[in-house]
Amino acid sequence: MRSRSPWLLLLPSLVLMAALFGWPLVQAVLAAFRDEGGFTLAHWQRLLTDPYFLPALRNTVLLIVIVLPVQLALAIGMALLVQARPRFIGGHFYLWCVPLAISELAAGLVWLSVFDNRGYLNSLLVSLGLSENGVQWLSYENTTTMLLTVVIAEIWRATSLVFVIVVAGMQVIPRDYDEAAQVFGASLGQRLRHVTLPLLMPSLQVALILRTILALQAFAVAQALTGRDFPLLVGETYEWYVNLRNPAVSSAVALVVLALSLGTALLYLRTVRQPEGAR
Amino acid sequence: MAELILRDLAKTYPGASTRATDDVSLDVADGEFMVLLGPSGCGKTTLLRMVAGLELPDAGQIVIGGKDVTYLEPRRRNLSMVFQSYAVFPNKKVADNIGFGLRMRGVPADGVRRKVEWAADLLQLRPYLDRYPSRLSGGQRQRVAVARAIVMDADILLMDEPLSNLDALLRLNFRAELKKLVAELGTTTLYVTHDQVEALSLGDRVAVLRDGVLVQCGPPGAVYDEPADEFVGGFLGSPPMNFLTGTVCTDEGRPRVDFGGQSVPVPAALSSYHGKRLRLGIRPEAIQLGDGGGLRGELQVLEPLGASALLTTDVCGQTIKVQAPATFRAEPGRRLALRLPVDQCRWYDPETSLLLEVR
Ligand SMILES: Nc1ncnc2c1ncn2[C@@H]1O[C@H](COP(=O)(O)OP(=O)(O)OP(=O)(O)O)[C@@H](O)[C@H]1O
Ligand SMILES: [Mg+2]
Repeated sequence: MRSRSPWLLLLPSLVLMAALFGWPLVQAVLAAFRDEGGFTLAHWQRLLTDPYFLPALRNTVLLIVIVLPVQLALAIGMALLVQARPRFIGGHFYLWCVPLAISELAAGLVWLSVFDNRGYLNSLLVSLGLSENGVQWLSYENTTTMLLTVVIAEIWRATSLVFVIVVAGMQVIPRDYDEAAQVFGASLGQRLRHVTLPLLMPSLQVALILRTILALQAFAVAQALTGRDFPLLVGETYEWYVNLRNPAVSSAVALVVLALSLGTALLYLRTVRQPEGAR
Repeated sequence: MAELILRDLAKTYPGASTRATDDVSLDVADGEFMVLLGPSGCGKTTLLRMVAGLELPDAGQIVIGGKDVTYLEPRRRNLSMVFQSYAVFPNKKVADNIGFGLRMRGVPADGVRRKVEWAADLLQLRPYLDRYPSRLSGGQRQRVAVARAIVMDADILLMDEPLSNLDALLRLNFRAELKKLVAELGTTTLYVTHDQVEALSLGDRVAVLRDGVLVQCGPPGAVYDEPADEFVGGFLGSPPMNFLTGTVCTDEGRPRVDFGGQSVPVPAALSSYHGKRLRLGIRPEAIQLGDGGGLRGELQVLEPLGASALLTTDVCGQTIKVQAPATFRAEPGRRLALRLPVDQCRWYDPETSLLLEVR
């Protein structure tokens, strides 16, 4: 007979998980598919016809597609620099990690002070004589510059998370592999391609999953910079719930975010990894 | 293929108080098999890494084939290396590991495959070509590292204890295989080991290192026969060379060294040591057991070793190990006559531990 004690030991955390995650999830699903009369797709219809939903979906996906590769490349580059043990390496490390300690909203406000019509950037442009009245970076008519500002703010804010994960991953790779590659004639690019990146896969996988999920939840930065002019999915849940007082549609948006998170996480788990048997 | 010249290589690791290598100079001729031998931590790997370019010397020069490569990138030195830790890429299958260097050089796939198969046959890795290293034993991984190095046709082959993880039998076989292989390849080889048997059996010449200093370099026979100092004599050979301290005196006009009641003759060249202390070094297998003549020692321990028997004897309070025939039998406590052939005796200065010339 199997012992029952493992389950007993798991019980507290199971209860906690069920209460804090399971039940709200069930509620959200119920809320999104039900009204007084029972099962309905009305909330979804409402959502799909809402003029903000598709732009929010598009913006969120765009943000991820642009920000993630840039962050990954930057983080790997920074990690390689740190690996080379430059002088003041401790200083570099802490400096690059500062954004980790800053809240999302604060980061948004910092960049608002830069991109605002009378912000630092425009003051600079004007004083350099490059522009007469500055550029309206955050104007609702200018989706491209809005996207650009949000992208820059997100890269600044969240690259350090990827960086920390990549550095931790690099540090556990024994140096010998890279040295062997050097001796056997590999150039810097070949060493990256054949040795460093493949051995870094587990860390990259973690970084990608975490960053994608967090990017799907990006909200405060865009909110601070653009309000609802540059809608994002999680911003929409907030909008529907708080301002439009419609928890049902809000839940539907949340479910879309959930589906996207699950989908991308599964994708990474299947694609970004070491070949079968290499571990 | 090229000759390798090391000149006064000095290296101190950051933060270390002593030098890892201390002005090491060594000439390895084209096609020569040079063994670096020394105890753990004496700087063998450090020296090899400097030759490979993975570590830069503080001072000194490295010349390969007439070209100064001291500060050249590793990949431009045209050498290959077996790492002490193997460093077999875990993300590549055995075949890709072996062919790695060739691929980096842009050798066509066909050529790479042929070379890989050749090396795999040689090192008995054929069945594993399609496996990842994590599914190999330590010894098999080590063989992959050797295979990866020998396919390269490099100017210089560097090997850092490539046989350390094989079991005794496999090591014996591979030692012979490796010797044959490297002779066929004709590559200039620098081979690191702390196993003196390996050093003696493989090397065209053996260079003995201690605490970063090159103590002696010469053909295995010479290094074994005439250790340049007591350290070398004690490090090479199992059991090591015996050392006895005595005082030089004169008996009937001939110099002798007295160990406290017993004495043996000393070459005339050493009569200047009259009244001073002197160290006698002799190999356990050079001592002959006879009746009468030489020293009298009291048998303390007899260890049968299969092919021979090892005797531990006491001569005037000093220990002498003697290698006797396997059939030798005696009870502890018995007094044995030990004859020390004059031509097998080596003499050392007790202060400097250096070999004294007697010819
Ligand atoms: N990266 C390093 N940083 C600081 N000191 C080091 C480093 N590598 C080696 N040393 C020191 O340098 C000395 C020589 O080390 P080395 O690795 O060359 O020894 P070795 O002869 O190869 O020993 P072994 O037979 O154990 O491999 C040792 O005292 C060691 O502690
Ligand atoms: Mg070593």
